[in-house]
Amino acid sequence: METILAGFIAELRAIGLPVSVSENVDAAAALRAIPLSDRAQVKSALAATLVKNHDHYGAFDVAFDIYFGGRQLGSLAGGTGNGTGEPKVTGFGSGTVLSRLTDDELSELLFRAVSQRDGGLLRAVAGEAVDRYAGIEPGRVVAGTFYLYKTLTRLDLEVLRQRLRESAEADGLSDLGRQLAEDDQDARVDAVRGEVEAEIRRRLIADRGAEAVAATLRRPLPEDVEFLNASRAQLAGLRQTVRPLARKLAARLAHKRRHRQRAALDFRRTVRKSLASGGVPVDLAYRKPRPAKPEIMLVADISGSVSAFAGFTLQLAYAIKSEFSRVRSFVFVDGVEEVTAILQDAADITTVTHRLNLGTSAVRLDGHSDYGLALETFWERWGEQVRSRTSVIILGDARNNYHASRAWVLKAIRQRARHLYWLNPEPVAAWDTGDSVMREYAPECDTVVECRNLRQLRAFVEQLD
Amino acid sequence: MNGRADAVPGEQGDGQPYRFVSPELAGQSLRDVGYLATERISSVVFLGDRLRKPVLVEGPAGTGKTELAKSVALMSGMRLIRLQCYEGLDEAKALYEWNYKKQLLRIQAERTGSQAEAVEWTELEADIFSEEFLLARPLLSAIRAPDPVVLLIDEVDRLDVETEALLLEVLSDYQVSIPELGTVTSVQTPLVFLTSNNSRELSEALKRRCLYLYIDYPSVEREQEIVLRRVPGISATLTSQITGVVRSLRQLELKKKPSVSETIDWAQTLHLFGAQQVSTELVVDTLHVLLKHQSDIEKATAELTAAR
Repeated sequence: METILAGFIAELRAIGLPVSVSENVDAAAALRAIPLSDRAQVKSALAATLVKNHDHYGAFDVAFDIYFGGRQLGSLAGGTGNGTGEPKVTGFGSGTVLSRLTDDELSELLFRAVSQRDGGLLRAVAGEAVDRYAGIEPGRVVAGTFYLYKTLTRLDLEVLRQRLRESAEADGLSDLGRQLAEDDQDARVDAVRGEVEAEIRRRLIADRGAEAVAATLRRPLPEDVEFLNASRAQLAGLRQTVRPLARKLAARLAHKRRHRQRAALDFRRTVRKSLASGGVPVDLAYRKPRPAKPEIMLVADISGSVSAFAGFTLQLAYAIKSEFSRVRSFVFVDGVEEVTAILQDAADITTVTHRLNLGTSAVRLDGHSDYGLALETFWERWGEQVRSRTSVIILGDARNNYHASRAWVLKAIRQRARHLYWLNPEPVAAWDTGDSVMREYAPECDTVVECRNLRQLRAFVEQLD
Repeated sequence: MNGRADAVPGEQGDGQPYRFVSPELAGQSLRDVGYLATERISSVVFLGDRLRKPVLVEGPAGTGKTELAKSVALMSGMRLIRLQCYEGLDEAKALYEWNYKKQLLRIQAERTGSQAEAVEWTELEADIFSEEFLLARPLLSAIRAPDPVVLLIDEVDRLDVETEALLLEVLSDYQVSIPELGTVTSVQTPLVFLTSNNSRELSEALKRRCLYLYIDYPSVEREQEIVLRRVPGISATLTSQITGVVRSLRQLELKKKPSVSETIDWAQTLHLFGAQQVSTELVVDTLHVLLKHQSDIEKATAELTAAR
């Protein structure tokens, strides 16, 4: 058991989960206190001792399935024709009864499993479907997404959803009832998808062993998901994590304000104090620093090339907005537009994107980003309002479509502003390749950081001062 | 493999009895006092006792985090000591404080007594810094309690990062160091629960000392069971519709998603109205029980009526 645990923890560390030695010890102690034959209990014991952040559960679940799912299936390795995993619950001798069914009968069975909420049957069907449609080739080093795709297209979940809808409609529900039923059906169809995915994972592990599969199946932690190629679901997950980060950013700047060292001399109080020491001003009294409200100007590229990142930066702007009073947000493609008011009025981020899509003057000509033009426009229209306590944060990949860079604008902004930061969602290696003109902008900024994922963004916030 | 778990009923090295025999039984007793624990919850509660570790419970507001600690206290007949955290909480409020008024009285009593036999200063000092003059605050009283207690540290995330460190000694060693007195070690190990709404990231040091439990919104089935239990006399069909609506609402992007307690309130309201079926009109009319932000209500109303 100890070696399996050690391997598992090594895998968690490889994903990036911080597992300390004392947590390792705890996990071992926890495993000693519970029956090891109970998978669910082993899982919750490990989760409680090793994972201390809810966002990491997703990655943990996958790793657990790989490691401990595979162990039980170890004996089945190689026998592809024989393995639907463990679902002997329903008494379907896997690979025997089910394999004799036609495709239509199988989807009929799937429908029955889903509508009757028969988990065991669902697992058996998923196993058979993977057998039949995925065409897993032993020994191929793949992550299984292709197998998943193949199986799901053949199973045709849309048809399944449709049938569920129809059968529900036959019950004659009210409007609300139908809507509720639909939500319920969606959840059930998602369950099918999850089941097939798990089944494919089990097969891959049986084929190649946990250690080999772990590397390909590894699911990144939310903070390691790259903004530029994150899926919608991943971005939605990020949304949860952004809020505390925005609060931290706000707190950083507020902290800075409280602890300012230099302050003006309070002459009157110094003289008053000096009376105690015979007129010699021993202790100097200072004026309490008047907290200057920090200002942030957020200038974000929302063009197509960084659209996923842009969605994210808007979220960040929105989250900061709710913590901070003085945040002004601007978006640009080849024109630039202030969106502070839109962010302020909107109840949530979806409305914001909706309104932005309705039309802004951020797009002036052809919808290809032109940093030079956008920055110059920004400077002309709002440059006056950049003041000595304003921090300007620019978010973009600096892909200028071979327009003029006009880097002098940045120099001018930097002279007026307190800080000028540039966050680039591309890896450093990609800077200055193609039409990226980061090289021209970089020297004009105080700090230029690569900001591909939440971890890097957090690091940026942390070093701010 | 199975035998190992059963081989340890009763005692551990430190001579204190375990409170729960198995996760299942812990879950069962929680159920008996009206808390429907999932498998994960009961297993973490069990482990918290076995490993003598505090349990950090995180999750959205209103999912029964505080309730869990209360129920554990109730089911095992232990006293509950509660420390409500807030910004600006300090040592004097959380750990201990010297009762300086009483100390002053003591010194004065010494003076006004017989002048002749004035007590030596050192003696007096030792005297006024003794247990008699110590005001125990929640953390210290949990440590000193002779009877088994449950210590609930509520909403840790409201503490400042600096004050969080106050808790560390108590959580890892179950002891409190008082400079004038020495170290107070626990008589019995209290069961400790910390709750957090995740409004800020807790420090690694704190997390490392705890077992972690995340309580999310319950599944539809579990929520149904909760409602059925909390609202006596409600019909099963109404309950399933109620939980269905709540689930749909939670999928919307709201400022504050409806919590379990709000679901119960809503079920109670509908039950009082004598509703047998949930209709769109009824939902829209009573939405304010479930959602507390005007913008959320508007959004949900739009969503519910748009489907028609």
